[in-house]
Amino acid sequence: MEHEQLVEEIRIATREVFETMLSLPLAEGEPSIEPNGPAPCDGVVALIGMTGAWTGTGIISCPAVLACKFAGQFLMGAYDSVSDDVLDAVGELTNMIIGGIKTRMEEKLGPMALSVPTVIYGRNFTTRSLARHRWTVVRFDCEGNHLCVQLCVTQAAAGSSPRIPVGVALHESGR
Amino acid sequence: MALDVMIVDDSAAIRKILQRVLVQTDIQLGTVLEAGDGQEALNTLGDRKVGLILSDINMPIMDGLQFLAQLKANPVHKSVPVVMITTEGSQQKVLEAVQLGAAGYVKKPFTADQIKEKLVGLI
Repeated sequence: MEHEQLVEEIRIATREVFETMLSLPLAEGEPSIEPNGPAPCDGVVALIGMTGAWTGTGIISCPAVLACKFAGQFLMGAYDSVSDDVLDAVGELTNMIIGGIKTRMEEKLGPMALSVPTVIYGRNFTTRSLARHRWTVVRFDCEGNHLCVQLCVTQAAAGSSPRIPVGVALHESGR
Repeated sequence: MALDVMIVDDSAAIRKILQRVLVQTDIQLGTVLEAGDGQEALNTLGDRKVGLILSDINMPIMDGLQFLAQLKANPVHKSVPVVMITTEGSQQKVLEAVQLGAAGYVKKPFTADQIKEKLVGLI
């Protein structure tokens, strides 16, 4: 699937979730291709695996302050630090955005399945997929904070067994 | 008469949102039971009857379709309306849920009005 198509799918799915569930402003930034995968980051990161005729990984990352804002909008409460509710809200946000992308991709590429999301909160850590493929990265701005949606999908090798290719390397992480 | 409801979703955030939506409806709510997966839902229900179940599909341990199949195989719960609320939007999954006896289907992300509309006629 081409980079431009993936960018469009990410934008559509992200906008839909923001408009329907969050009611927060969302400004779209420039997309990019990252050959080496996600850079080291701080904050909250959620990963979800995709499998089927095409396999891959979706990653959503944002600073803690934005994650707290998402949880506040979802749950109609106030969150000033990252808690289980905040991690859960980011996991569900990821599930809906990557799930939306997956549903649209299925119309063109055939059936796919999603893993249950994994959510990480920490400082100065790196996530790495063991699959060596380029990543499509789309950045958004929400009330002055960056939200980053990253997707890496590739056609499964013929005869390969379905697997969820999510690999995470953690360095100096801590809550 | 108050309606007992079960919400099955591995996300506590979604369970809270759905509970809030139910409160906003005209339904006279009784007890709202919660479960994080299909197996927990079956264990929690036992032989206890509820009037409505809202269930996710993509869950660990036991997914929503397996849960639905086991629920409908139990004479105690066979007639309870089950609405699937999930990111799974593929035709295949929708068809499977309907064949297993789901009374309705709402795709995430959802609005409160979409949930309310789906519940009209079921309750």
